[in-house]
Formats: sequence, structure tokens, C-alpha cells
Amino acid sequence: MKSGALLIMVLPLLVACSAHSRDDEVVVRFWGMGREGEVVAELVPEFERRHPGIRVRVQQIPWTAAHEKLLTSFVGDATPDVAQLGNTWVPEFVALGALENLGPWVRRSKAVNPEEFFPGIWDTNVVDGQLYGLPWYVDTRVLFYRTDLLAEAGYFSPPQTWEEWQDAMRRMKARMGPDRYPILLPTNEWPQPVILGMQSGGPLLRGNGRFGNFRDPRFRRGFEFYVSLFREGLAPAVSAAEISNRYQEFARGNIGMMITGPWEIGEFSNRLPPEVQDKWMTAPLPGPDGPGTSSAGGASLVIFRDSEHKAAAWKLIEYLSEPEQQIRFYELSGNLPPGRRAWEDPKLAENRYAHAFREQLERVRPLPKVPEAEQIVTKVFEQGERAVRRQATVDQALTTLDREVDRLLEKRRWLLAKQDSEADR
Amino acid sequence: MTRAVATGTAEIGSVPPAEALAPRRRFRGPGQATGAAYLFLAPALLLIGTLFFLPVLAALVLSFTDFDIYAIGDLDNTRWVGVRNYGQLLETPLFWTALRNTFYFALIGGPLSIATSLGAALLLNSRLVRFKGFFRTVYFAPFVTTLVAVAIVWRYLYHTRYGMLNYGLGIFGIGPIDWLGDPGWAMPAIILMAVWKNFGYNMLIFIAGLQSIPEELYEAARIDGASALQRFRHVTLPQLGPTLLFVAVITMIGYFQLFVEPYVMTQGGPLRSTTSVVLLMYEEGFRWWRMGFAAAVAFVLFVIILGATLLQLRIQGEKRA
Repeated sequence: MKSGALLIMVLPLLVACSAHSRDDEVVVRFWGMGREGEVVAELVPEFERRHPGIRVRVQQIPWTAAHEKLLTSFVGDATPDVAQLGNTWVPEFVALGALENLGPWVRRSKAVNPEEFFPGIWDTNVVDGQLYGLPWYVDTRVLFYRTDLLAEAGYFSPPQTWEEWQDAMRRMKARMGPDRYPILLPTNEWPQPVILGMQSGGPLLRGNGRFGNFRDPRFRRGFEFYVSLFREGLAPAVSAAEISNRYQEFARGNIGMMITGPWEIGEFSNRLPPEVQDKWMTAPLPGPDGPGTSSAGGASLVIFRDSEHKAAAWKLIEYLSEPEQQIRFYELSGNLPPGRRAWEDPKLAENRYAHAFREQLERVRPLPKVPEAEQIVTKVFEQGERAVRRQATVDQALTTLDREVDRLLEKRRWLLAKQDSEADR
Repeated sequence: MTRAVATGTAEIGSVPPAEALAPRRRFRGPGQATGAAYLFLAPALLLIGTLFFLPVLAALVLSFTDFDIYAIGDLDNTRWVGVRNYGQLLETPLFWTALRNTFYFALIGGPLSIATSLGAALLLNSRLVRFKGFFRTVYFAPFVTTLVAVAIVWRYLYHTRYGMLNYGLGIFGIGPIDWLGDPGWAMPAIILMAVWKNFGYNMLIFIAGLQSIPEELYEAARIDGASALQRFRHVTLPQLGPTLLFVAVITMIGYFQLFVEPYVMTQGGPLRSTTSVVLLMYEEGFRWWRMGFAAAVAFVLFVIILGATLLQLRIQGEKRA
């Protein structure tokens, strides 16, 4: 039944492929998401020039449809050869058995050197000790702040510890009055509470991802800090949907800081009026007792297990990982490279807003590498929101969080137990 | 002439004709007709069967399993869990929140929408109103506009600081309302938008219903000295009965399936105050790929809508009897 339907779907594709390719040519199918999918098409001609026997067919997929499309392509045995994958999706596709183990490919490769990549980012692609993806670009969160507002509060360099940070925000608040806030932490975004919770060093899950670990004092410390920012009136209890235009609020000085990602460098440069342009900066996140860690987001390049052109696909990945191509990719898309050598390029070194990211990238930690990770972090902000809006105490919120996460992981526990018993036999 | 003779002879015959003929006709005639009818119906039945009943049946089976992302990778990772999904659903606080929100939306928004439609229809049906065609088009326009586009515009109208709605309220000294951000106001805001968006369709149906009420009834009522209110109460409403029932059932079914408005405007927030049952199902099914659980949500919603429809038919039936 499946193969019949598949044949109907794939037949036109086969015809299309054969129409374009000669017999001695290998066609590598690449799926890119959103803007990256558009941009990668500009990197392809150079690759094809260097490898006359390989042609790359790029298909662009909107981010909103990407996850579903990848899954349906897996069910329909129609996965591409290479794809860009959000690195939090890697464990999920590993659980499906959809991805090629890249470890042997990297060991054989002369071009790819694991030492060159930021370790936290590299780690997001390692599931159960095996490597399934190569970082393509990184997304971590840092502090964006108004230099003038912070200076007025007596801070001429950004805070390094929670204590300094809190003090700076309190002073800012005292000058700002009731309707303006030192920091914006949208209550429906997960990175802020998750990052602060991870900064004290505790793992989010325990028992090899079998149970939630949110009542752990280390997570609790960050979670309490997060909630206190709202309860003290340093952050407004609003969701992202309610802030129609955060750039406008930032430009007007209604908001002094945000925790957000690298794409905002471009947005801030374009959207803020000229008079505010020299009044904002980026800084690595403060931590509980010194410079803090942040999230290890971004996208990776993966090869699907069913691919028939793995060697050609690997060549494409090697090519896209070259520092020169990473820099070109950065110029075209604004996405930050995952390798240290690319960061030495003057084009990146000249971007003063990128420095904070360079520093932060040495201190990033991945989310738990379980397929349920995205669902779990959603639960974190939901319980954070409850505590922020005083519908639950911190204790109640964390207890609920552990209970809900434990329930989510029930299937995983069952699978792990099944695997263990099979291994025993 | 001949027919008269024929029936005459039959009547005269010893066997009572009605009893003799009727069973035979029922035995032979309908039997053949059914066969032919099924033949003609076959293509439609086949389509409905494969495209509707089969998937529904499959979904029902799915709701008794824990089919999820792991099962997509390997079917052996599916467990037959019986009614556990349903049990777990009833234990999930979010389901009850979603159910409460959905009922809130349907029970407040539904009647409000019907009342608005009826009011607009009465106005447009009045002889005093000019440019009827123009107003009909204007009132119907929201219904045919893409909901996503409408929702985005309404999000601006609802903006706490810059929104037109708060500006208007501010003139009367009413403080700014955080429409989409306050858990208490988000659902009323969604209801307001949904009513505005949908009333045009029901309005057209009501206009058609109003136009089919014979003018003589009003004339007679007027001669009897009935006031405008009495005429509405005792002529218009009873005459609109069937239309009202149809509109009520259709509106209720539609309103129980609330999805796009919160999906676009609030993503179910703040504090889950606008998460509807369908939105919950969508999230479980297509965001987290817990298909078994999502199927259970779908069937619970189906039972609720079926129950509400039957209840409505019953109430209306009793009223008429």
C-alpha cells in the first residue's frame, strides 16, 4: 500500500531527475529551510564547478512547514540526501532511525576538524555518543541593551553576575517609572527561563532523560531569579503577541534590555531610528557567579540514512563547512558560523555587535537530547508564566513541571526498558 | 373507463384487494428498486466510505493506541493502550481548561452571533432602510475575507497602547484594556472578533427566512392592534422557527470547532485562556505528533458536538409540539 502510493509520488520526481542529469552525474537533493534555503542556492554553483560529477538540487521549505514535511518524507520513504535540521530536532530524527551516523565520515575527512567547532554547538549533534549532524550555523541568546539607559544607572560596562545585573535593573527601574521596564522577557518564550535555569549547572532531566529534574536546587535558583524579575516589576508580564513592535519600544526607551538571538543584529540595525543606532550594544549573558552560559541553538547539516549518494552528500557538507563558505553564508544570511576559524575573518571581526556572540559561544549548553525536548521547554515557560502571574508559587510550579515532564517521558522510559531487556537477552 | 372497470372487478373479487396487492408490491417492487438504487449510489458510497468512514474508523482505532513519533520510526513502538488516552485526557488540566474555553466561546459567542445576525437581518429587511444591497455586501464582506488577514488587523485594533479600540474607550475615560494579554479579556476579544467575522453569513439566511414570511400575517396582526414588539414576538419568531433551528445548529457546530482565531491571534495564551479543544488537538497531533492522544481529543469533541446538537433538536422539537 505504502509503496504503491510512493511510486505515484516519486515517479514524476524520477522523470524530472533523469531529465536533468546525465548518466555520469550524481544528483544530491538538498532541503534548506526558510531564508537559508534561498541563500544556499548561491553557494552551490562554486561547489558544482569544483565537483563536475555532482549536481545539487536545492529545495526551499518554509520553517513553519519544515518539521511536518521532514516527517512525512520519512514516512513516505522520500527523504532528501542532505538537509538542514534545527539542532533540537536531531535527537528526534535519530530516534526515528532516519539519520546517517557521521562519525566515520568525520574521522576519514581531511577538511572537517571537530576541534575547530564550538564544543557546546558540536555537542548538540551527538546523541548516545554518536555524531549525526555537522553544525551549519549557530543561534545562541545574549543580552541586547541600551547603553545610555545602563550608563544612566551607573553601569558603563554590562553586568557580569546576577547580582550586578539585578542591581543595574533596580537602578534603571527607579529612573524609568511604572510604565517602563529595564528588561523584556516575553512570558511565552522558552529560552529565557530555560537558560536561566540551566545557568546554575543542573541538568534539566535525570536518569538518562527518564525524569524531569526541575525541583533540583540548581534549576530552582535560576527559576526563582526569573520569576523575581517580574514580581519586582523589572520585567512586564506580557507575552510576545502583546508587544506589537518590540523595536519601537526599545527605541523609545520603554524597554532597556532583551535576551535574544543573532538575527536581531540585522533587525535592530534596520528598524531602529538613526538617533538610537549608537545607543545599543550586545553583551554575553551574566551568570549566577560570573559570566553565564546560554543555549546552544542553530541548525545542522545531516545526511539521511536512505540516501543513495552519501559520498557526494558528504562532499557538499564538507564544502559548506569550509570557513570561506561559512563567511559567505554569513554575509548572505547574517547567520553566525559554528567554527572558530571563520570568526577570525575580518568581515565578522568588524561587526562589533557580533563580539558578544563570539564570547558567548564558548559557553553554551545544549538542551536535553531527547525527542521530547521542545515539548519539555514549552512546559517550562508555561509553568514560568503561572508563577509570574501569581497563579502558583515557585514550589507548586516546579512540582507541576516535574509531574508533567515525567508523564511526557513515560513512552521514553518504556522504550529504554524494552531496549535494556532486549540487550539482556 | 377501463380502469374503473378493473378496480370494480377487483373490489368484487373474493380476496380483499388492498391486502392482496400491497404485500406483493412491497415484496417485489422495492426489492428491485433497492438493487438499482444501490447501484446508482455505489460510487458515492464508495467515496464516502473510503474518504470518510474509513479514516474516521482508523482514527478511532488510533485513539486506543499510543501512536507517536517513536511509532513513526518503528511500528513495534506502538502500544495498544485501550482507553488510557481517554483517561489521561480527563486527567489533563489543560483539557478541562480547553473545554471550558470552548464552552465559553460557544455559549456566549454563539447566541451573541445569532442575535447580531438576526438584528442585522431585521434592519436590512425593514422597508425604511435604503441601499440594502450595499449594506448586505458590507456586512457580508468580513465573512468572505481571509481569517488570517482579519486577525492580524484586529490584533492592531486590540493593541493596548496604540489600538483604536482603547483609543475609543479612552475618550469615555475607560482605562486601557490589555485585550489580548489579560487572561480575563482575551476570550471576550476573540468572541468579539469572531462575531464580527461570522454574523454576515447567518444574516443572509435570516433575510431569506424573513422574506418568506407572508406579509398578510403582519397585516392581520396590525389590524388586531399588535405593537411592533408583539408582531416580532408572535409572528416573526415563530415563523422563523426552522431557520433559527438551522442557524443555531450550524453556528454551534462551527463555534465548538474554534481554532483559527486563537491560533493566529494568541497561540492559545495568555495563560492558556484561549486554548480551544481543536487547538489542543492540533498541538498534540501536529506539533508533538502524539497522534493517539490527539485522536482521543477529536472523538471527545465529536461526542460533545453530537450531544449538543441532539439537545438542541430536542429543545426545539418540544417547543414546537
